[in-house]
Amino acid sequence: MIEVFGVPLQGLFGQLLVGLINGSFYAVLSLGLAIIFGLLNIINFTHGAQYMMGAFFAWIGLTKFGLSYWAALLVAPLLVGAIGMVIERTMLKRLYHLDHLYGLLLTFGLALIIEGYFFNEFGSSGQSYDIPEALSGGTNLGFVFLPNYRAWVVVASIVMCLVSWFLIERTRLGAYLRAGTENPKLLQSFGVNVPLLVTLTYGYGVALAAFAGVLAAPVFQVSPDMGSKLIIVVFAVVVIGGMGSILGSIVTGLGLGVIEGLTKVYFPEFSATIIFLIMVIVLLLRPAGLFGRVR
Amino acid sequence: MITGGQERGASGRDYRIMALLVVALIAAPFLGVYPVLLMKILCFALFACAFNLLLGYSGLLSFGHAAFFGGAAYITGYLCKNLGLGPGTGILAGTVCALALGWVVGSLAIRRAGIYFAMITLALAQMMYFVWLQLEFTGGEDGLQGIPRGRLAGIVDLSQDLNLYFVVLAICAAGFWVVYRAIHSPFGQVLKAIRENEPRAISLGYDVDRVKLLAFTLSAGLAGLAGSTKSLVLQLASLTDVHWHMSGEVVLMTLLGGLGTVFGPLVGAALVVLLQNAAVFGRWTLVAQGVIFVVCVLVFRRGIVGEIAALFKRVTRPQKP
Repeated sequence: MIEVFGVPLQGLFGQLLVGLINGSFYAVLSLGLAIIFGLLNIINFTHGAQYMMGAFFAWIGLTKFGLSYWAALLVAPLLVGAIGMVIERTMLKRLYHLDHLYGLLLTFGLALIIEGYFFNEFGSSGQSYDIPEALSGGTNLGFVFLPNYRAWVVVASIVMCLVSWFLIERTRLGAYLRAGTENPKLLQSFGVNVPLLVTLTYGYGVALAAFAGVLAAPVFQVSPDMGSKLIIVVFAVVVIGGMGSILGSIVTGLGLGVIEGLTKVYFPEFSATIIFLIMVIVLLLRPAGLFGRVR
Repeated sequence: MITGGQERGASGRDYRIMALLVVALIAAPFLGVYPVLLMKILCFALFACAFNLLLGYSGLLSFGHAAFFGGAAYITGYLCKNLGLGPGTGILAGTVCALALGWVVGSLAIRRAGIYFAMITLALAQMMYFVWLQLEFTGGEDGLQGIPRGRLAGIVDLSQDLNLYFVVLAICAAGFWVVYRAIHSPFGQVLKAIRENEPRAISLGYDVDRVKLLAFTLSAGLAGLAGSTKSLVLQLASLTDVHWHMSGEVVLMTLLGGLGTVFGPLVGAALVVLLQNAAVFGRWTLVAQGVIFVVCVLVFRRGIVGEIAALFKRVTRPQKP
C-alpha cells in the first residue's frame, strides 16, 4: 500500500476527487453569480435554491415522468432558467434603481420561499438519485480506482465553464454583455435591447446553477437544504476570488475544493471552516480578492 | 442606498411614546399577558434595535448577526450552567465576548463595502456556526438545555417569571436607550452621513473606517446582550441561535418594522415572534417569512412604522398650494 504522509493513496485520492467535485460546483456557481452581478449588480441569494431546484427537477423527472439523466441535464436548467427569467421580469427589474442590498434581500426572501416549499413537499430527508448506467462503475488507473461518474462531473463542469467563457469572450452576444457590464446606458443608446439582455443573462446564470444541481444529484443526497449549505461557501469563494474574471472563478473554485479535500484528510477538524479561514487571510492580505478589481 | 424613515432629532414625541411603552410594559404582566412571551419579544426587540443601528443608520448590511446573538447565549449558558456563575456575571461575560467578536468580525468585514460586506459577515458567521457545532460543551444538535436562571446579585430569585421579567425589561430598556442616544448623538450624525455619501464623509475628514467599526462593535455587543438575556429567559442556547436563519430573521424584523426608524424594530420583532408563537403558518413559516421579505422589498420598503410616520406627516402637514 502506497502512503502519502501517512495516508493511504486510495483514501487521499478519494478525498481529492470529492474536493475537485465540490470545487467544480464552487466554480460553476461562483461563475453564475459573477455573470449576474456584472450586469444586474445584484448578488443572487436564490442561487443555492436554484441549484437545489435543478437537482430536484432531475429527481422528479426520473421518478415521476421517467425522464432520463441526459434529458434532465438539458430540461432542468431550461426550466429553472425560465422560472428565473420570470422572477427577473416581475420582481428584480423593479429594484435596479435602488441600493444593491435590496436585491440581496429580495433574493434571500425568494430562497426562503423555495426552500420552505420543497421542505413541505419532500421533507428534510435526502432523496437518492441513481448514477446513469453509461457512467456507472469505474476505471482502474493502476494505482487507484476512479469512479466514472465523479470524473464526468469534474469534466462536465469545467467544459461548462469554458463554454461560458467562450460565449462571453468570443461571441457577439458576449460582447454586448461585456459592454452592458461596463456601461448599460451607452449600450442601450446604440440600439441594443438591454432589458432583454439583462433577462437572458439572469436566466443563463441561474440555468448554470441548475446544471450544477443536476450534476450533483447522483453524488449527494437530493435535499431541500443542499443549496443553502453550499451557497454560503460559494459566497466565501467569491470574496476570495473576486468577481473580476471567469478563469479566476474556475481556478479559485477548483483550487479551494482541492484544499478543502486535503484538509479533510490531514486536519479533519478544520474541514468545515478552512475556506472561511482562507477568506480571512485573503481579506487581511489582499482585500480586493485574488482576481478582483477595485471598482 | 438604503433609505430609512424621515430624519429628525430626538423629539418630544419619541419620549412620549417611550414613556407610554414603559408604562404599558410594566402593567402588561398584571393584565394577564404571559411574561415569558413578553420577555422573548423584548430580547428580540433589542436584537433588532442593535441590528437597525447598523443597517438602518449606517447602511451596513450584516448577514451574520446570529453569531453575536447566539455566541453570547452559548457563553452565558456555559458560565451559568457548567461553571455555576451568577446570571449577572453570565450576561456581562456574554456581552463582552460579543463585543470582542464584533470587533474582530467588523475589522475584517469593513475592508470591503456593500454587497461584499454582507457576504463576508455571512461567511464569518457560518464559520462560527461550525466552531460551536464542534465544541463539546454546546451539546451539538441538542444545545445547552436547562440553563439555571439563578439569583441576581445573590438576592433576587430569577426563577420567578415576574422577577426575571422586570430585570429583562430594565436590560432591554437600557439597551434601547443606548441605541437611541447613539443615533441622536454627533456619532449618529456621522453614521448617517456615511450612509448617505461615504466619499463626502471622508472628504470632510471623518475617519470613516473607525466610525463604522465602532458602530459594528456596538451593534454586536447589544446583539450579544440580547442573546445572553434570551438564554436565561428560555434557559436554552442552541444551534438555532447561531444559524443563518436567525441572521435572516433579524433582518426581517427590522425590515418589516421599518429600517432606520426608532420604533420599527420593536414592532417588527413583536410581530415576527407573535407569528412564530401562534404558529399561524404552521409548517409554512419559512415560506411566509420569505413572502414577507419579498413584499417588504417590493412595495413596502419603509416598513410598518415608516409608512405610519409618512402617513402621519401627510395628514398633519398638508401640501402647500
